[in-house]
Amino acid sequence: MALTVSSRRKSRRLAADAGLLVVAATFALPLLWVVLSSLDAHADLKVKAPDGLTLDNFHAILKPDITFTPLLNSLILCGFGTLLTVVCSALAAYPLSRFRSRLNRPFLLTILFATSLPITAIMVPVYALFVQVNLIDTMQGTIFFFAASQLPFAIWLMKNFMDGVPKELEEAAWTDGASSFQSLVRIVLPLMGPGVAVVTVFSFVMMWGNFFVPFMLLLTPDQMPASVSINEFFGNRGMVAYGQLAAFSVVYSTPVILLYVLVARRLGGGFALGGAVKG
Amino acid sequence: MTTAPRQAPGPDATASAPGPALTQSAHHQSPRNDHRTLRRVLTHLLPLSPAVILLLLFLAVPIGYCAYIAFTDLQLTGQAHSSFVGFANFRTAFKDTEFLNAVWLTLVFTVLSSLVGQNTLGLALATLMHRASKPVRTLTGAIVITAWVLPEVVAGFLLYAFFRREGTLNAILDWLHLPSQNWLFTLPILAVSFANVWRGTAFSMLVYSAALDEIPQEITEAAEVDGAGGWRRMWHITLPMIRRSIGTNLMLNTLQTLSVFGLIWVMTRGGPGDKSQTLPLYMYEQAFQNSMIGYATAVALLLLLVGSLFSVIYMRLLRTEV
Repeated sequence: MALTVSSRRKSRRLAADAGLLVVAATFALPLLWVVLSSLDAHADLKVKAPDGLTLDNFHAILKPDITFTPLLNSLILCGFGTLLTVVCSALAAYPLSRFRSRLNRPFLLTILFATSLPITAIMVPVYALFVQVNLIDTMQGTIFFFAASQLPFAIWLMKNFMDGVPKELEEAAWTDGASSFQSLVRIVLPLMGPGVAVVTVFSFVMMWGNFFVPFMLLLTPDQMPASVSINEFFGNRGMVAYGQLAAFSVVYSTPVILLYVLVARRLGGGFALGGAVKG
Repeated sequence: MTTAPRQAPGPDATASAPGPALTQSAHHQSPRNDHRTLRRVLTHLLPLSPAVILLLLFLAVPIGYCAYIAFTDLQLTGQAHSSFVGFANFRTAFKDTEFLNAVWLTLVFTVLSSLVGQNTLGLALATLMHRASKPVRTLTGAIVITAWVLPEVVAGFLLYAFFRREGTLNAILDWLHLPSQNWLFTLPILAVSFANVWRGTAFSMLVYSAALDEIPQEITEAAEVDGAGGWRRMWHITLPMIRRSIGTNLMLNTLQTLSVFGLIWVMTRGGPGDKSQTLPLYMYEQAFQNSMIGYATAVALLLLLVGSLFSVIYMRLLRTEV
């Protein structure tokens, strides 16, 4: 009896492995293509072994106007956007998590509601509004909008993480005369380090990959982040150099993949976002 | 964001919007407690204010502005000369076959890629991962999640390469001696839906993995001993136990899919013709190719209303947790 159960388990495991490998292979094909093509001097649009490995594609794109400027722009937009998001959400989460108030529930419901609004829908009115108040084609305007669009989810997450820090630790500090701001910065935030890391990385990754917001709000080519400038490879350069486009994709994607791996490791492989929204 | 709940049909979200609640609580304090009140204001409201100011200026005001210009004939060229046109934009929209086409395609795109694709595949992957060996589980997880973490435009570009006539998919079909075709031309909406599944399934997979982890093992084992097969266990035990996760996951996938722009833009630009032009792309085209900002905003408002409707359902699902 035990034997049949264990052999049934084993065959079931084999079936599951086979099923997963089929899906994994399908999902891997496009990824494989970008890696192989970036190293291929004669890259085209299908997955194939490179005829001779080369770094020429990377050499060709690692220039100020093609790669460094857009990446720097991305870094400025997403760096300041993330900073603003994290600071504002940490401050906002504190009273929501620590003090009882009649404000909390309606505020949190509003935040939850805003979390799931399709931001794409408001880009046209935001464009029209930004034209009127002269924020169009400015880095700061785009940064503010990035931060605002990420804030609802950041506050929601931050509050949930903050709820996990026991209040007793702060009460000791309060009796010693610490202000609530001091106890937030010195006690609560250090204790919820992984939570802050998740909010930071998630906000950064969302902004780094976002195409529509900078596409709408920025006009000057010099200010374009990588998410928009990659589009130029298609349109304006005539013949598409697929190898270079692949190399650029690799360079542009690597930071967010590394960041994700870093956070996933730190949280023991599990992913807190999945847990935070699973209901 | 204080204006947001007022637009929503939720009755008690309207009644308890932050504004009135605040003035009320300040009003009821006796003079003796003045400095207590001040302290409360400092500790409660001051930390909230940067976030609230950003949300009001950059989300609430645009949404309000959206609700206003949707009823005007604002154009890209003549900013100063817009006038109020009532519901004309909406009437135009519902008579425009291109708009109705976009609504239909958005529906197809959402149902195919989010409800069927991401959701079902995510659940299947999570279930299989529960039984699979560790190396296979880790490998699959890493690949699927990488597709999710990639920037939207890169994902779009990779799938563009996959589906092009001279791309990977046709190379495989040729190798299998199956007929190939120009997918982005013949079945663009199917191609972009597949792209969205490729990119978005990781989220469902993570949500369902977490949900399945929480089902006590004894329950599944007991059912197994009683002779319930895999499908019956799935239908009668697993699905009912994770139904809340299913609800929230479907909701979030739908909202996410409703606002996909970059992926489709890179792959097809909404074409050929308007065969993959979902509502966000239609809205963009009306605003910038046809310069009809007022009309495009009316479309945006409709999209926002649909999103709000889903948002409210989502809030109801999560309500007990606030």
